[in-house]
Amino acid sequence: MISQIFILSSKGDHLIYKDFRGESGGDAVGVFYEKVTALTGDQPPVVMSHKGLHFVHVRQGGLYWVATTTADSSPFTIIEFLNRLSALVKDYCGSLSEKSVQMNFALIYELLDEAVDYGYIQTTSSDVLKNFIQTEAVSSRPFSLFDLSNVGLFGAETQQSKVAPSSAATRPIQSSREQGGKSEIFVDVIERMSVVIGSNGMLMKADVEGEIRVKCYLPNCSEMRIGLNEEFSIGKSQLRGYGAAVRVDEVSFHQMVRLDEFDSHRILRLCPSQGEQMVMQYQLSDDLPSAPPFRLFPTIERDSGGRLLMYLKLRCDLPPKSAAINVAATIPVPKGSLSLSQELSSPDQSAELKPQSRAVVWKIPRFTGGMQLSALFKLEVPGLSSASLLEVGPVGLSFELPKLTATGLQIRFLRLSPVQPGPSQRWVRFINITDLNIFTERSFS
Amino acid sequence: MPYLGGEETVRELRRALSNPNVQSDQLRYRNTILKVIRAMSQGVDMSGLFSEMVKACATVDVVQKKLVYVFLCSYAALNPELSLLVINTLRKDCQDPNPMVRSLALRNMTNLRLPSLVEYVEQPLAAGLRDRAACVRRVAVLGWAKLHNLQASSEIDAAVVNELYSLLRDPDPVVMVNCLRALEEILKDEGGVAINKPITHHLLNRLKECDIWGQCQVLRVLQRYRPQSEDELFDILSLLDASLVSPHPPIMAATLSLFLSLCSGQPAVSLAALERVRGPLLAACGSGSREMRFTALCHIQLLLRSIPGLMGAHYKRFFCGYAEPAYIKQRKMQVLVELVNDENVAMLLDELKGYCTDVNAETAQAAITAIGRIGRSYSDRCLEILTGLLGLKQDHITSAVVQTMRDLVWVCPQCSDTVCFALEGCEETLQDSQGRQALLWLLGVYGERVSSAPYTLEVFIDGVRSEASLGVKMELLTATMRLFLCRPAETQDMLGRLLHYCIEEETDMCVRDQALLYYRLLHCGIEETRKVLQGRRSDPSLGVLIGRPAEPVSQWARSFNTLEPLRQGSIETESVSRGSPEHTMFDPKPNADLSNTLDCSRIEKVHSGKEDFVWMEECVRCPTIPRCSPQSLQAAMQLVNIQTLAFTPPQTLPWRVYLYTHTCLDDAPHSTLILGELLYTGEEPQKAEVHKDDKALKGFLSILTTVLHTLSSERA
Repeated sequence: MISQIFILSSKGDHLIYKDFRGESGGDAVGVFYEKVTALTGDQPPVVMSHKGLHFVHVRQGGLYWVATTTADSSPFTIIEFLNRLSALVKDYCGSLSEKSVQMNFALIYELLDEAVDYGYIQTTSSDVLKNFIQTEAVSSRPFSLFDLSNVGLFGAETQQSKVAPSSAATRPIQSSREQGGKSEIFVDVIERMSVVIGSNGMLMKADVEGEIRVKCYLPNCSEMRIGLNEEFSIGKSQLRGYGAAVRVDEVSFHQMVRLDEFDSHRILRLCPSQGEQMVMQYQLSDDLPSAPPFRLFPTIERDSGGRLLMYLKLRCDLPPKSAAINVAATIPVPKGSLSLSQELSSPDQSAELKPQSRAVVWKIPRFTGGMQLSALFKLEVPGLSSASLLEVGPVGLSFELPKLTATGLQIRFLRLSPVQPGPSQRWVRFINITDLNIFTERSFS
Repeated sequence: MPYLGGEETVRELRRALSNPNVQSDQLRYRNTILKVIRAMSQGVDMSGLFSEMVKACATVDVVQKKLVYVFLCSYAALNPELSLLVINTLRKDCQDPNPMVRSLALRNMTNLRLPSLVEYVEQPLAAGLRDRAACVRRVAVLGWAKLHNLQASSEIDAAVVNELYSLLRDPDPVVMVNCLRALEEILKDEGGVAINKPITHHLLNRLKECDIWGQCQVLRVLQRYRPQSEDELFDILSLLDASLVSPHPPIMAATLSLFLSLCSGQPAVSLAALERVRGPLLAACGSGSREMRFTALCHIQLLLRSIPGLMGAHYKRFFCGYAEPAYIKQRKMQVLVELVNDENVAMLLDELKGYCTDVNAETAQAAITAIGRIGRSYSDRCLEILTGLLGLKQDHITSAVVQTMRDLVWVCPQCSDTVCFALEGCEETLQDSQGRQALLWLLGVYGERVSSAPYTLEVFIDGVRSEASLGVKMELLTATMRLFLCRPAETQDMLGRLLHYCIEEETDMCVRDQALLYYRLLHCGIEETRKVLQGRRSDPSLGVLIGRPAEPVSQWARSFNTLEPLRQGSIETESVSRGSPEHTMFDPKPNADLSNTLDCSRIEKVHSGKEDFVWMEECVRCPTIPRCSPQSLQAAMQLVNIQTLAFTPPQTLPWRVYLYTHTCLDDAPHSTLILGELLYTGEEPQKAEVHKDDKALKGFLSILTTVLHTLSSERA
């Protein structure tokens, strides 16, 4: 049971406030914001209490989504609901930010009104809700010339139009109804990988959490079939086909997915409702089918002038045709590091010393397979001792691998039935977000 | 700028709303209303526009209607008379052919929350229950609950209650679930909706039709059901098995709660259910939402209390991600400590070592404390890491390490050699009072083994004038006294200076009294002083006490799937880091007489001030207590924050111990004092308590029982 729901910006502005039961009077929003700001870190605990008021909150899109509730209510339910609510708002408003929430507050009040009555969750299915929601979303995306680049002369199809712009999926679902928005469907395969590599280059830990998400802008779609690799196998014992097996440890599906063809042909059948939904989640830990895509060779020493020298060589082991983008290496440095001088191998890279997080962040926008980059950082550290060297590392690497999955999962085909009247577009995107931790040479002795 | 000119905005909007040109243009009218709502949600008081908004309510535009209702429901309580005007429009809307308009009107009619409107609302609500559109019935059912809460004194018609019961068979699952919710509220005084066998089976059969929110609600209500036979129980359990491993964490948690309440008489089945949810819970721990991860972690901690080995093989799942927030990291470390075993200890310590240099100081401290906890079973490896950390010479790390070492030495005296060796030189980096207190305690107790101890103390004594922390001064006094006993030649001079300062110049009474006590004690002769000051240095038996035994599931089943586990942990960690009372500020343990006189006054105060105390007796089966020495009993009790007031001499019958403790719950307005008498008459020991807080007493009893059991098993 939920008493109130409110949405706050990170600065504490009231964006949305709705009281469902009218029981807990007083300024709950103020109390909540006071509690959040009274804490030192920027990470307040999920549950906070104040004189019989219990706040549960999640952070999505830089906003606080808060529910007040009774002590005996289920945290799983409330957190899941708040996440679902933010997903709904994202679906209906196109994107999730302070601005989009502010511009669409009428729509959000309407959503809340239909989703929750008297503190009881009624429905969060976008199929049901779309019949009730009347307000049009206001999109905050400014006009951009890049949108035009996809249109060929006289409507001819260009090479460009085969690739959807990354912002294509951030638009409100409702506009597809009246404004003649394109009927499109996006299937995203998102894998979050976290890898830890020891100082000797050995793989210490590797986890992949993957999901297949469908974002649907089709006004009516009766059935959709997604074909995965045929050699996709679950668990350790099962092996299928003769090719390189694609193996995961555990799989779970959304309840609407019908699996009658999954065992024989690895086909998922579902009737997607409008908006975004998670179709399948899977996990793989420890044995990755391929080696981690990066290797790091660090050298750390003290020079005669009492400065700390870090010489890093980073090699990308991807095939030459593919590339990693938005690569960021975070190198923790000793406390009190003052200034940084750097020698990087190309101008598009950048490096910065972040004193509050005590780290040097080295950013590489694009890293093609087979390349090797090197960087030399000189740090001014007052009172540098041999002990300070121990504070360097472990290096964290985060990057995205477009069109690649760590597990090797592929979408063989995507079929819609009945065949859509008019032009409809189907997009399949692969996103791999990786958090790689490489331990530099370090030992306590 | 709606923030600044509040009144100006109101005036301008009123002009616009009453402008006939605006009223005739639907789009402009709607936009003006939008502006009103926007200002309202930004916190500007818009109640002055109430009458204009009431007029705006009569429109065919559904979007405008919805907006106006948002406004009216927020301000209706301030304008009960004007709200009467809305009722007509609302009642008319209830007859609208469009079911959406009907449900909207009905919902907002009940949301106005005005007792004066009740008589107008009842009729449309009754009609709403029989509406052919499900969305209207959903609203109407909950409307009755709202009505009931609006005027709790008046009884809701029995006919309505019957109708609600019959609507449990409604074809729409949301109507069914709403009926359950409404009946729960209306019949709260009778214990909620009647859960008998037919209703239970009906609900179970329709469970699959509901969405996840509905399923959670049904599962929750069913917790009250008691199956009539074992066969029925197992039928229900097998029906629910699929929900138990549901990929949706809310359903999984609600189902497990139901399992635990149904199987409260069958611990083996409950344990099997816990094994079964391991997979889904671990999956929730890897969820994309960090709040969900946190919730799952907290509930895993509950499960581990009953099955410590449940997650042993999956320890890698609890390694911290680089970018995870501090509160998740700290929970994960708490779980990791529980999972340690011979196979994974090396990996685990390697991982924890990495967290010790975390940017966040609290996370670093939590990691060091965690290593200290593991050190109770694997002391050599952990001490190696801890001494290595001292080499970093960072104040917060050194402080945490010294505190951890102090706690470790108290439990594992065999570590003392390594610790004494490591202590040299770390006083230079220590900044905070907690860390310095820990260092002083260690120097006092193990002074004869740390060659530089007198010099370190001398630095402290020279700076005592500028010392701000009371705790450090008290600890310094005791430490210097103890060091004097084992190394008199080096310490005598500085002890004299310290006592002189504390007695003559110190303004704080506690420090002065303590110094006076020591001074007089020294007059009684060195042997007497030694008797008082040299208590135990450690208590190895406590290692057993800290390794928690598996608790029965029933201990925590009630708090599963509530907010409780998410809040608890922070308090728990706090008390862990505070250490045992041996080391806390006000408790120089061995001179028990002093602290007792100090505290007795407080007890009397409580008695004279408040008379609400309760007596109770409780029998515990602990056969061999009296044979253990008073000192070890006292030390054991102090570790769990129970102080002993007095003993009868050993081997006398009846044997008595008097105990007291304070509860220190964060949310309680004042602490509760528990006084206890431990009585052994020959056959079986008994306890009798005086107290005034039921929950606190239960906690006290269970702790006391654990202590007694541990001690008796030590003797056996």
